[in-house]
Amino acid sequence: MHNVSLLILLAIPLLASIVIFALPQGADLLAKQIALVASTITFVYVIVIGVGFKTSAGASRFQYSGSWTWIRSFGVHFAFGVDGIALVLIGMSTLLVPTVVLASWNSFDTVEDAEEAEPARRSSKTYFALLLLLEVFMIGVFAATDIFLFYVFFEAMLVPMYFIIGSFGGPRRQYAAVKFFLYSLLGGLLMLAAVIGLYLSAGTSSFAFTDLVGHVPNGATQKWLFLGFFIAFAIKAPLVPFHTWLPDAGAEAPAGGAALLVGVLDKVGTFGFLRYCLPLFPEASRYFAKPILVLSVIGVLYAAFLAMGQRDMKRLIAYTSVAHFGFIGLGIFAFTTQGGTGAVLYMVNHGLSTGVLFIVVGFLVSRGKSRLISDYGGAARITPRLGGVFLIAGLSALALPGMSTFISEFLTLVGAFTRHKGLAIVATTGIILAALYVLLLYQRTMQGTVNPRVLGFRDLNARELFAVGPLIALILVLGVYPKPVIDIINPAVKATLSDVGQTDPQPQHVAQPGGHK
Amino acid sequence: MSPLTVVAAAGTGTSSFTTPSISYAAIAPILIVLAAACVGVLVEAAVPQAQRFYTQVGVTLLGLVAAFVDVIAIRGHSVVTAGRALAIDSTSLFLQGTILVLAALSVLLMAERSVEFGSSIVAQAAVVVGSPADRRLATSERVQTEVFPLALFAVGGMLIFPAANNLLLMFVALEVLSLPLYLMAGLSRRRRLLSQEAAIKYFLLGAFASAFFLYGIALIYGYANSVNLPDVLAAQSTSGSSDVLLYLGFGMLIVGLLFKAGIAPFHSWTPDVYQGSPTPVTAFMASCTKIAAFGAILRVLYVGFSTSSWNWRPIIWAVAIASIVVGAILGLTQTDLKRILAYSSIAHAGFILIGLLSIDQAGLSSVLFYLASYGLTTVAAFGMVTLVRDANGEATHLSQWSGLARRSPLFAVTFAFLLLAFAGIPLTSGFIGKFVVFRAAYHVAAPLVVIALIGSAVAAFFYLRIVVMMFFAEPAEDGPTVTIPSVFTMLAITVGTAATLVLGVFPQPLLDLADNAAKLRG
Repeated sequence: MHNVSLLILLAIPLLASIVIFALPQGADLLAKQIALVASTITFVYVIVIGVGFKTSAGASRFQYSGSWTWIRSFGVHFAFGVDGIALVLIGMSTLLVPTVVLASWNSFDTVEDAEEAEPARRSSKTYFALLLLLEVFMIGVFAATDIFLFYVFFEAMLVPMYFIIGSFGGPRRQYAAVKFFLYSLLGGLLMLAAVIGLYLSAGTSSFAFTDLVGHVPNGATQKWLFLGFFIAFAIKAPLVPFHTWLPDAGAEAPAGGAALLVGVLDKVGTFGFLRYCLPLFPEASRYFAKPILVLSVIGVLYAAFLAMGQRDMKRLIAYTSVAHFGFIGLGIFAFTTQGGTGAVLYMVNHGLSTGVLFIVVGFLVSRGKSRLISDYGGAARITPRLGGVFLIAGLSALALPGMSTFISEFLTLVGAFTRHKGLAIVATTGIILAALYVLLLYQRTMQGTVNPRVLGFRDLNARELFAVGPLIALILVLGVYPKPVIDIINPAVKATLSDVGQTDPQPQHVAQPGGHK
Repeated sequence: MSPLTVVAAAGTGTSSFTTPSISYAAIAPILIVLAAACVGVLVEAAVPQAQRFYTQVGVTLLGLVAAFVDVIAIRGHSVVTAGRALAIDSTSLFLQGTILVLAALSVLLMAERSVEFGSSIVAQAAVVVGSPADRRLATSERVQTEVFPLALFAVGGMLIFPAANNLLLMFVALEVLSLPLYLMAGLSRRRRLLSQEAAIKYFLLGAFASAFFLYGIALIYGYANSVNLPDVLAAQSTSGSSDVLLYLGFGMLIVGLLFKAGIAPFHSWTPDVYQGSPTPVTAFMASCTKIAAFGAILRVLYVGFSTSSWNWRPIIWAVAIASIVVGAILGLTQTDLKRILAYSSIAHAGFILIGLLSIDQAGLSSVLFYLASYGLTTVAAFGMVTLVRDANGEATHLSQWSGLARRSPLFAVTFAFLLLAFAGIPLTSGFIGKFVVFRAAYHVAAPLVVIALIGSAVAAFFYLRIVVMMFFAEPAEDGPTVTIPSVFTMLAITVGTAATLVLGVFPQPLLDLADNAAKLRG
């Protein structure tokens, strides 16, 4: 019962972060090296954990569990454990961190160029220390199996991200950082009320997830508690109409920060739906499923239209994410195995593809000093490697077959179709819109007449290629052979659905998950 | 009824007067503090000027520490003594211990001499502002040391206030703690006019509140024929008098107490007085006075009126909401650091009141925890405000703090941490405090808890504004600098900040302490 693996996993980036904070001013290179090494070790350690993760039929739902009393009078434990969903999300997050470290290697160096558009507010060592601190909280939020502990990580996560946006972001970073913090905090505090209510109404003297599941009485209380959790997660995800903070935060955050913000932090919202909303409040989940599905579909279409209208590349990507979260919501609240598995897979794939997209756009912005689409044009001719990476990231975002996102989008739609045909059909049009906004973005920035501003651009160097290479490879591999990931996810999704008391509506003749190529 | 018969009735019930028995062990902490105050007065008269300052500091700290050690020594005591006028139970001992610690930290701030030329306390408070004598005073090295005995007298009153089992004694304690504070508010070395205004305002409004309180006692005596809280409680089930007396009396009583605790709608003095007072004194008021006032409120409510909670609950509901709304909304419009912290304290008072709504041990212990943790954070925060200075003294305008993180990263990070604690972010004591209070109140006032949480999200905005200023804004050309203080201020800030962190991560010991302390004796 006391497996320390996950504690060690948390300790590695935490120690590295403390060490970097403690470094003297100016030791930027050392800070970067420590950050890179520590985040790589963390990722490797996650792989080791993943290899040891049992997916056989009799395997327990939470593995690597460990639990230590933290605050006795509340019944709060320092309890960790991963199910398949948490594991793949931790894997995705810990992969993104070293990528972001590499990609933003020189982004915040002391400014030699006085006309730098985004001058560093503080030393670059602070940035890397915050990044690692954020990683600690990201791992913690997925690995916590105590709801109080989850809440602590959920809120604590805001602080480093707030400073990353506010200290290292674009021109309107103050506004974006505060907006991000306040939206999330408001949601978080509503959730806190629900956490207290959950604890009291379940009548257990423990916050452990497994103790609380199935103990929430049905009826009005459960619906209110569900809403408390749901709004917090919907703001985090973000689901339309709670999404307005994301375009600002995503656009103003530095590229690496934006990749983690949209790639990982937002997944906490959808992860929360699956892990907490559904199992803890099954009756309320079924009660509210219809309106949430409708909201998800509205989100898919509405955000896609907004994305097409954007002139700012980072805002555009932020809106595409809102649209994709609509698909994830659709998959989760369809209550089918395909939908749930597709949604989790979508979270992973979306993290990878949006991460790459933000990083690549960051490369472009660092060259052109502008986020406006109209300031670019024909760049692929000058910088073919940048163009190529951009194209693959874009195609992944529009879920082209062969890319990992295709499988997840397909699964969520199939999962939704078996229960809600109409909604699934409407949502499918989102795929076409996605193709439209991604290809228009690519066309306007990379193809056509060469904008004179683009002429002096340097192509991707080895470091930059090495940063995005693994992600792109993974997107392609998972696009062809997603089975290992799906095998990990599937039992956890089934367990979740059985908590909700839902089984797949049809005989499984459609296909077994993993069969789609 | 003549005054003489009142005394007789309040005493033994017969017309002969017998000396009450007094448990000196139980009241020893109070006596120690008052004795130290008297010694302080003698020091003022006898010790040469050159040694006076540090002698006073020594006497004061010694008195506070000795009293604190004594509180620890008599922990577990639970007696009603001095003719049933004083209830020294575990709750009052907890509050007394907390007040003593916070008072000692505040005294450390008052003892700071290297930050401000001389000290932050003016030598002659009565000199007319703007007169030649006043201008000489601003640059003179003379210091004023009466502030230390004054603080000790105030602490003496604060120790009696939450332990008073008798409304008259409570009134006496109220005056003993208030009168020195009125004076101390006017002692600021800089911005004399503002400071004098604060003192006058505090005095006048405080006098009104005291009058309300006293009239309330009179009406309650008319109803219950006693000013002892347990008798008042008993009378509510037996007395044949009109309930109007009771309700009016209770209402007036509670107005006086809410005023002292700085709760809306009786909060209007708070921002002005917090801003005008010397910042160490503000720290003292914001932590110690608040705790003493809440101690008295909870004794009145839990001991004197526990069976008529259906009666006062709506009132507490209303003032809690008013306090949270006023604190959070008006705090948004403020541009002065000390005023922002004042409005923050009003909002926090609302949160604490919510804990009082559940009339059980959990509610009581949650309030005790909140008071202790909030007090520690507050002292550290005001201590840090004293350090940011320019040529005109403390730079408390928000815009002056812009870009402070660039020049003094450690200062900015520490202050940001304290602000996050005020906002109730996890891993700070502020979060645990909010959690225990809301948990205790949830089953009686779930909607109020939701309102309070939304209120704290709004309040978070003005804490964030300060963080934004410090971290994300460009430093001003001739902005203030962070002075390196002497060991006194350093110690106060370090203790407060460390407590904020430790209580946020390992709150269990204090939670246990508060749980054990949550036993009132009627």
